[in-house]
Amino acid sequence: MAGKPSSNVTELNSGHGHAGRNPGLPFEAELFGSLRINRSAVERRAATLGTRRSVKKNHQAAWLLRAISLIDLTTLAGDDTPGKVRRLCQKARRPVRPDVLAALGMSHAGLTTAAVCVYHNQIQVAVKALEGSGIPVAAVSTGFPAGQIPLELKLAQVRASVAAGASEIDIVISRAHVLTGNWRALYDEIAAYREACGDAHLKTILATGELGTLTQVAKASWVCMMGGADFIKTSTGKESVNATLPVSLVMVRAIRDYLELTGHAVGYKPAGGISKAKEALTYLSLMKEELDSRWLRPQLFRFGASSLLGDIERQLEHHVSGSYSASHRHPMG
Amino acid sequence: MEVRDLFESMDYGSAPESPDRARQWLDKRKGILDHFIGGRWVTPAGGEYFPTHNPASGELLATVADGNEADVNRAVAAAADALEGWVAIGGHGRARYLYALARHIQKHARLFSVLESLDNGKPIRESRDVDIPLVARHFYHHAGWAQVMRERLSSYRPIGVVGQIIPWNFPLLMLAWKVAPALAMGNTVVLKPAEYTPTTAVLFAELCEEIGLPRGVFNVVLGDHKAGEALVQHQEVGKVAFTGSTEVGRILRRATAGTGKKLTLELGGKSPFVVFDDTDIDSAVEGLVDAIWFNQGQVCCAGSRLLVQESVAERLHEKIRRRMERLVLGDPLDKSIDIGSLVDPTQLERVRSLVETGVEEGGELWQPDCKVPRGGSYYPPTLITEVAPSATLAQEEIFGPVLVSSTFRTPAEAVALANNSRYGLAASVWTENINLALDVAPKLKAGTVWINCTNQFDAASGFGGYRESGFGREGGIEGIYEYVKPFWESRLSKEPVQQLPRFVPAEDNSDPGGPSIDRTPKLYIGGKQCRPDGGYSNAAYDAHGEVIAEVPAGNRKDIRNAVEAARKAEGWSSMTAHGRAQILYFLAENLSARTDEFVGRIVSLSGKADDAARTEFELCIQRIWHYAAMADKYDSYVHATPFRNVTLAMKEPLGVIGIVAPEEAGLLGFVSTAMPALAMGNRVVVVPSQHYALLATDFYQVLDTSDVPGGVINIVTGDQDVLADTLARHLDIEGLWYWGSRSGSRMIEEAAAESMKRTWVNYGLHHDWFDAEQGQGESFLRRAVEIKNIWIPYGE
Repeated sequence: MAGKPSSNVTELNSGHGHAGRNPGLPFEAELFGSLRINRSAVERRAATLGTRRSVKKNHQAAWLLRAISLIDLTTLAGDDTPGKVRRLCQKARRPVRPDVLAALGMSHAGLTTAAVCVYHNQIQVAVKALEGSGIPVAAVSTGFPAGQIPLELKLAQVRASVAAGASEIDIVISRAHVLTGNWRALYDEIAAYREACGDAHLKTILATGELGTLTQVAKASWVCMMGGADFIKTSTGKESVNATLPVSLVMVRAIRDYLELTGHAVGYKPAGGISKAKEALTYLSLMKEELDSRWLRPQLFRFGASSLLGDIERQLEHHVSGSYSASHRHPMG
Repeated sequence: MEVRDLFESMDYGSAPESPDRARQWLDKRKGILDHFIGGRWVTPAGGEYFPTHNPASGELLATVADGNEADVNRAVAAAADALEGWVAIGGHGRARYLYALARHIQKHARLFSVLESLDNGKPIRESRDVDIPLVARHFYHHAGWAQVMRERLSSYRPIGVVGQIIPWNFPLLMLAWKVAPALAMGNTVVLKPAEYTPTTAVLFAELCEEIGLPRGVFNVVLGDHKAGEALVQHQEVGKVAFTGSTEVGRILRRATAGTGKKLTLELGGKSPFVVFDDTDIDSAVEGLVDAIWFNQGQVCCAGSRLLVQESVAERLHEKIRRRMERLVLGDPLDKSIDIGSLVDPTQLERVRSLVETGVEEGGELWQPDCKVPRGGSYYPPTLITEVAPSATLAQEEIFGPVLVSSTFRTPAEAVALANNSRYGLAASVWTENINLALDVAPKLKAGTVWINCTNQFDAASGFGGYRESGFGREGGIEGIYEYVKPFWESRLSKEPVQQLPRFVPAEDNSDPGGPSIDRTPKLYIGGKQCRPDGGYSNAAYDAHGEVIAEVPAGNRKDIRNAVEAARKAEGWSSMTAHGRAQILYFLAENLSARTDEFVGRIVSLSGKADDAARTEFELCIQRIWHYAAMADKYDSYVHATPFRNVTLAMKEPLGVIGIVAPEEAGLLGFVSTAMPALAMGNRVVVVPSQHYALLATDFYQVLDTSDVPGGVINIVTGDQDVLADTLARHLDIEGLWYWGSRSGSRMIEEAAAESMKRTWVNYGLHHDWFDAEQGQGESFLRRAVEIKNIWIPYGE
């Protein structure tokens, strides 16, 4: 729970519900300093998220298609090449086999993934490959994944990636600031990234698997939102523990409280470890239950995933044909 | 709907669980449910049947045998016949059957779940994920108790035929809670399921058939209160276990009074859900969903009374309302709903009417704008704020999805409000401050306290009430003791083992030596000697019938004063066990210093030889030492419940215990009964032996010199049965122990039904107070404590 809003924050509250980017707030430790998260209670709620709601048949197919439209299709490997990235971009444009889409009545729905996410060096290749599709390119930045480089270089990288055509920047926060309780430094860092992003959207990766406790996750979420994050994101996909439902609950509830306080809707992106269609459905249910349907759109929700799409494709074919599908029946990215 | 449209709307749709297999099962039985007696399906003796309905739709599910006394007699006879063989196959033999039941329940888990939801109206998610897994767990756990009975309970034996009456809110789970420990300990069972929800008990009986459970070990008599009454009153039933309303519990307490039937009652509640300002509020909100919107709020331990710290009340209420807007009412078999149907239209009517009362009394009603399905007994989730303790809804159990809320300012006020209830089943405490949580939990009058969680259950942990929520525990070792009795109980004597001296009271009361300096025995109340309210005294005779003193004749008001003094002496209960031990040792020391005086008094009053009196006195000293020693050794433990938490089975003193000491046993009887109660932290009001009253009045002088705080021991001399009656009717004592006549025992148990105080009576039988088991030991200590299970999840 946040503390009492101070007067300057209360003024911001007058804009409740308006659209547009989160402008952030002046740094105020009181807003998050007393937050406490009860891990066991959060885990209990998380454990029933997948069992309290069930989507079946056509509803399930629709939800899975929706999940595809929310994927930041990602490749972040040392051996990424232009060829590999172009292939991925083609998959982002046409994520599902046309006959399956036709059977679902979705041929003309313009289904694509939400974005393609790459390292800086692949931005231009991706931008070119996605030309005319409207699919944005997201770049990971600021010394991804560990972020252990000087701040000037991080800022330079953000600017360079924006200049190269990335319209979304996924930065990693300095975990040290969280672990040492240096919230002001974290806030300043985020605010600087936001400024460097210009019109590009800022996603802040908390690397929750390295923050130690859920209370720290909640506090870091608040500081990132105060600093002007458009999205808060769990993980780089490179930590040993990435997106989990308990962590997601904590971050999503922070988003809810921030919205209540400021009227600004911040997006959420779980990343890493979500590879099954069923998990994706649970995440969507989480967003719908804890927030609302606005968070089932790419403006406010993304999956950071590479292998999730494959599983969804198989499930969709099963829905259409009644037979369990195989990976090789679906074009790879 | 087309996928394309759903892609935009992102609705959940419905996800119905098929009832087909459950219907096939009912069809197989031709829609008729009969008794299961002696391993056979038996039609009702009276030939009558009644219908059971699906409360969500009103459709007929089955017709159910309407049991009567003849059916019950037959079932009890079958259970009695099966008893010897069931005991004889031993713990391991019984363990194998219980294990087989657990396995079979798991194999048929979905059928049980669907049937339960069809019959009761609860969401399939709950019957599937909560009820049935807990049922299986209960049989596994108790298979283990059967296995280790010989080692862990070597001085205990089964009770015999057990009659069990279970409610409709968790039909199969309550069956498991009752049947598993009973069978494990070698008892045989006659079960009477609730008339609204008989189906899963019948399916369970089928499983018993399937695994080859010996005939008569488990019997089901279906029906309504007629069958229940016959079962409770049956002479061959050695124990009655009941879960249901406090009103019916009271009837059962009175019906079994004086019969010697062991009784456990798990009754109603109005359990507080206490939220402090430093809590993880979103988690507390979710806790409330589990507390009051679980099973449509038809949960005896539902966290139905929200107490929230004033500084966060508005914020919490807002978050609760938002959460309530997401709750979905619907068909219990739909996997996407949160709240199903109440069990019956009469319950729906009751909830409606109570809510109306609440609003009339000034409560602020809020219900979400949700769809309420037609056709069933659906009631929407409801929040009523501004419900003061004086409001009906703050005191009465609603047994529906209705949360009432009020605020507090300080931890002390939270405790006071939480305890401002006749009930004491459970409580839930929400704070991130461990100091606060562990300070508050022991102060709450509740058998279960959940810290930062709610409605957690497990076979390894005891569950049961304080106050009018009933007595006895189900689950864990606490629950096991409810289904056994110590061998020594069977050795109690019909005649007094210790004899009172026989004499003819002397008629000439004049003292030939002239008046001595009069030492006047008085009552001892609140650490002070005081004259009896009535101003009367009774003659005290020595063993030859000579009057040697006048002893105060205490009356109702003296008992009232004594209880008030005991009530105030709370410091004794919160003192460390070590501290109490020190005082008891000191008491023994000071008593020992006056050996000759006390031995002389024993000789004078009993007519015993000096060495016999000395032996008795020495045993008194030893007994005080024993309980001083046990004060910090009969301690609490931690249950191994299967999730990340500490389930602390905390032994707490009952509070104030009235003790009517055995008439024939003099100082030994006084010490043997008062000391275990004191050692465990109780304050006592003792009505000592009338003949030996002077030993008690001598004794208080020792108390005065031994640092025993005032009010911890109060002594009221006088007519035992008259004073016992006042104690039994007193509404502010937690326990009453009585060693007297058979009719007195009956009176005590009957009168105790009003406040549900814990009673221990001798039914006119006599202990051998010199015997190590009958005069001292764990049985005494167990009666002196209440076990509170505190669930403390951890993990940062």
